[in-house]
Amino acid sequence: MLYINCPHCGMRSQNEFSYGGDASVKRPELNKEVSDQEWDDFVYNRKSLRGKHLELWQHISGCRQWIKVERDTATHEIFRTFKADEEVA
Amino acid sequence: MQKYSIFNLVKNAFSNHENWDLAWKDPTPKEEYDVVIIGGGGHGLATAYYLAKEHNITKVAIIEKGWIGGGNVGRNTTIIRSNYMHDENGLFSEFGMDLWRKMSQDLNYNVMFSPRGIINLAHSDAQMNAYARRGNSMRLNGIDAVLLNREQVKEIIPMADFSENVRFPIFGGLMQPSAGTARHDAVAWGYARQADSMGVDIIQNCEVIGFDVSAGKIKGIRTSRGNIKAKKIGLCVAGSTNILAEKLNMTLPIETHLLQACVSEPVKPVLDSVVTFGAGHFYVSQSDKGEMVMGGDLDGYNSYAQRGNLPTLQHVLTEGIAMMPFLSKLKMLRTWGGIMDMSMDGSPIIDKTHIEGLYLNCGWCYGGFKATPASGWTFAHTIAQDRVHELNAGYSLNRFSTGNLIDEKGLGTKTWIS
Repeated sequence: MLYINCPHCGMRSQNEFSYGGDASVKRPELNKEVSDQEWDDFVYNRKSLRGKHLELWQHISGCRQWIKVERDTATHEIFRTFKADEEVA
Repeated sequence: MQKYSIFNLVKNAFSNHENWDLAWKDPTPKEEYDVVIIGGGGHGLATAYYLAKEHNITKVAIIEKGWIGGGNVGRNTTIIRSNYMHDENGLFSEFGMDLWRKMSQDLNYNVMFSPRGIINLAHSDAQMNAYARRGNSMRLNGIDAVLLNREQVKEIIPMADFSENVRFPIFGGLMQPSAGTARHDAVAWGYARQADSMGVDIIQNCEVIGFDVSAGKIKGIRTSRGNIKAKKIGLCVAGSTNILAEKLNMTLPIETHLLQACVSEPVKPVLDSVVTFGAGHFYVSQSDKGEMVMGGDLDGYNSYAQRGNLPTLQHVLTEGIAMMPFLSKLKMLRTWGGIMDMSMDGSPIIDKTHIEGLYLNCGWCYGGFKATPASGWTFAHTIAQDRVHELNAGYSLNRFSTGNLIDEKGLGTKTWIS
């Protein structure tokens, strides 16, 4: 069982959350020319890191907020959690 | 190579079975090979075997970080099927079904292929319609498919819950009678033994550290057991694809996710086909030892852990018990996990890359085991001829940028939902 520290609600079990994928993926700026490669990278291509991975989760059975979680994909250890709009250094 | 036969079995009985040849050798890596296959799983071993057998290329090495057959080929639920709707998947898998039927004779190794049939249960009229459509597509591609009504399903699996007042009543199902199961380890060992006998070097405990690429051409690999030169290199590393791709500065339409499976204690024969629950994701078959072999959803987040968490197992088995209530009486014997190379459209990639001499075989999601022979056969062709075969032409790497996706389930890019 993973325990995720929701920045809004505190420590909750993974059963309350749903996963939202790699949080480092950025949608290309739409007000400028977007190349096929950039769009491809945004929609399909993923680094899928082994080790520290910044990802989106939604506290779907709680506050329903999207949050960012920094988690190790090899050990499942969770290091830090952030609000969705927080910049991660 | 010693042939495995009843006569040799009797002959070796007189010497207490102490004089059998080793099934494969433990060679030291040579300086150079024509082809290096990275990954000693089912697909890698099959590729090496077909390179030697079909294309007469025997200066081949298989590089394996751990031991052969220790990854997904030893961790799956052994289901073999070709019940796909899309032409690319259907024709590819059905080609594989032919190889499965001949495999024990071909490899002189009993892979215990058991064509016991697979039934996908339907729980609504709409699902019956969808199955009729898929069944028709299958039959157009020469794959056997039978649409079963509720009574016909009941005859085959009377132990399922056929009561009227359940949340997901059984309306019927789609059956592929020629589908089945096989002994997964035997597949890896059979391919390894034959490949070895034809001159392929199986190099275990050898980790790939980096690649030598110059002027857009692959030159070799750096490993924990020294540098190896190679004209051509094939990647068959399933859940570790992204790790090796990073060393090649490639980002792929693949995410690595965790899938669990489990077996119950062995019980007397009760289930003689493979059955899948249609209102969720659960499948079950009974092994020759009597264990109920079960699996279902991914754990649902990126992972390289090869071990899962209980919430998913609970979720999956809840579906199992809804489908076959007697399962709740069984004790769990083992649970385990493997890491899946989940592609963004649910279909695999067998293709050349932008690096000359580097070939890619990945994206099997959780359907890799049944694809073992067809994947090895087509990948060997792609490597040997430096061009894709018509069977794997659809499994191209650039289909994502060109929009030619093969989205069998229509799930889109949220790999963890499937």
